[in-house]
Amino acid sequence: MVAKMVDDSRAGFAGESIKGDVLLSVRDLHVWFELRRFGFGHAGYVRAVDDVSFDLRYGEAVAVVGESGCGKSSLMKTILGLNKPTKGDVKFDGKDINSFSTQDWQWYRRQVGYVQQDPFGALAPFMTVQRILEEPLIVHGVKNAAEREQRVRKVMDEVKLSPVDDFLSKYPHMLSGGQQQRVVIARAMIMEPKLIVADEPVSMLDASVRVEILKLLRGLQESHNLAMIYITHDLSTVRYFSERIFVMYAGNVVEKSPVDDILKNPSHPYTSALLTATSDPDSRNAETFKEIPPGEPPSLVTPPSGCRFHPRCSKKIDNLCDVEVPPEFEISPGHVATCWLYK
Amino acid sequence: MSENTLLRLEDLKLHFQTTKGVVQAVDGVNFSLGYNEAVVVLGESGCGKSSLAKAILRLLPRNVASYSGKVFLNGTDIMAYDDEEFRRNVRWVMMSLVPQAAMNSLNPVLKVGDQVAEPLMTHHGIKKEEALQTARTMFQHVGVPEAFLDRYAFELSGGMRQRVAIAMALVTSPALVVLDEPTSALDVLTQANIFNVLKRLKHELETSFILITHDIATSSELADRVAVMYAGQIVEVGDAKSFFTAPLHPYSKKLMASVPRLRGDQEPEFITGSPPSLLNLPTGCRFRDRCPAAFGRCSEEPPVTVIDQRLVKCWLFN
Repeated sequence: MVAKMVDDSRAGFAGESIKGDVLLSVRDLHVWFELRRFGFGHAGYVRAVDDVSFDLRYGEAVAVVGESGCGKSSLMKTILGLNKPTKGDVKFDGKDINSFSTQDWQWYRRQVGYVQQDPFGALAPFMTVQRILEEPLIVHGVKNAAEREQRVRKVMDEVKLSPVDDFLSKYPHMLSGGQQQRVVIARAMIMEPKLIVADEPVSMLDASVRVEILKLLRGLQESHNLAMIYITHDLSTVRYFSERIFVMYAGNVVEKSPVDDILKNPSHPYTSALLTATSDPDSRNAETFKEIPPGEPPSLVTPPSGCRFHPRCSKKIDNLCDVEVPPEFEISPGHVATCWLYK
Repeated sequence: MSENTLLRLEDLKLHFQTTKGVVQAVDGVNFSLGYNEAVVVLGESGCGKSSLAKAILRLLPRNVASYSGKVFLNGTDIMAYDDEEFRRNVRWVMMSLVPQAAMNSLNPVLKVGDQVAEPLMTHHGIKKEEALQTARTMFQHVGVPEAFLDRYAFELSGGMRQRVAIAMALVTSPALVVLDEPTSALDVLTQANIFNVLKRLKHELETSFILITHDIATSSELADRVAVMYAGQIVEVGDAKSFFTAPLHPYSKKLMASVPRLRGDQEPEFITGSPPSLLNLPTGCRFRDRCPAAFGRCSEEPPVTVIDQRLVKCWLFN
């Protein structure tokens, strides 16, 4: 699956591994939010995303895994163009979003679909399913009503909202959580995007529906050759629905790897901790205690020096981990970890 | 039942009156719990598992249509108690609750130490200094630094607040603590930490737990026994080991198959269809519309069959 490792993202070279052409390229991305005291006066920055680089190829599904507050949502919103990068580039199909014109933004919005976390909150309660799905088409200038309806029906069929006629005139509150999420996915798909960003798409859904929705997303991703960024905190679902994993901690990506590799051979101590903490249903779990790193993720206003995980890390090397920021080290082809243990 | 039984529920029912009709949230639940035992109640949302917690602790909303059955605690039928007796002798004395999203239910204007000490003062009439002393030991048990006694809820992280809520439930040393989705809003590492705390408390304080959750994987961290709830009824009860290796009821099998696993290569499957509305329940087995093994008899109410001390409510085992 992964061919060659040529990661030198800091120098701005092309991607980590070669499978197809690069669709989305993120370089040296910083997203900082300014803190203000009493409405004016500078009081520091929240460094939500700090020096993140990666490449996403056409048709590739990547999972971004991390705990709340690690910056994964800020990263996603920057990719969607909802946050402005403080520093660094986001290039989509070779075009830099920092230099987009209004037309470019319109074009970009058609290329990128967004699946929100809470489907009920994401759907306007006073619109019918048909109206919800038609709206992007109207906004993007599809004037022919018959064509609009035909496209709405096609996409509803694809997300398996059938029989379509029953659902067209329904309002969101009349649908179950799983059906609402299908409408959200249909809306993200209707402009035939190249990239789907799914922010915890199943965390609000019932356990038995989660797998169904994830399989639907995976099916669409494969049949339409979509690139997908799947943001989640749940490691156990990741292997079935993506090819690569990025692990984020306190604004940094600490490990990037093909899925199978990271599960067999987690390299960053934080990744290992996440894997340890994730349970499988097994009655033996009740007999043992888990080794969990002490403490909590640091403040993003005053992050620790050096490696941000060092205050919690049991393998830290004194005078190195707490002083110098670790660069990316290659573990195996396509698998990198920002950890001094691999120098 | 044996002398080891701490809590026994017999045909417990809790129905709510709504404008659309009667919601049969808890509909004839039977199960028992031993001393120092942890039972997990598993189920999808809307199966009545949170209502079961409310029914056990008699924390009822105003729209109750009917509330009946027997609840034996240490052999006494506490359903016979009036509300005042229940409050004085049972709630927070014998059993307590960590409600859903407990970490957001702390009082924002009280110091968390005072909140943890409060049940001792109201239920046992203990003086504040002494109660605070007990709260301090409780903080040690759940792994919250003692200095946090003087903090307010907003000064603590989610995981710490959840521990405070657990400390509050444990401070009167009840025999039974009901935990309603104790870790659903927490991060993976915090969640694992909370389960470490609960396991330790089970050893150190010999508390019994009823853990209500939809998260099958993490529930195995604490479970001695597992009860599966579907549409207001318990459909299977069994020891954790046999349940997690080989569930009996078709619904339990489907539930287990829907869990994505980190280790092992079994691809998760989903359960087709959705649970019946608690407003309008079908006759016979409530799972039969979604059940791959359904046959003619399933239109009759299935009996409870005992197999190797495991209980299953399904015609397949009759």
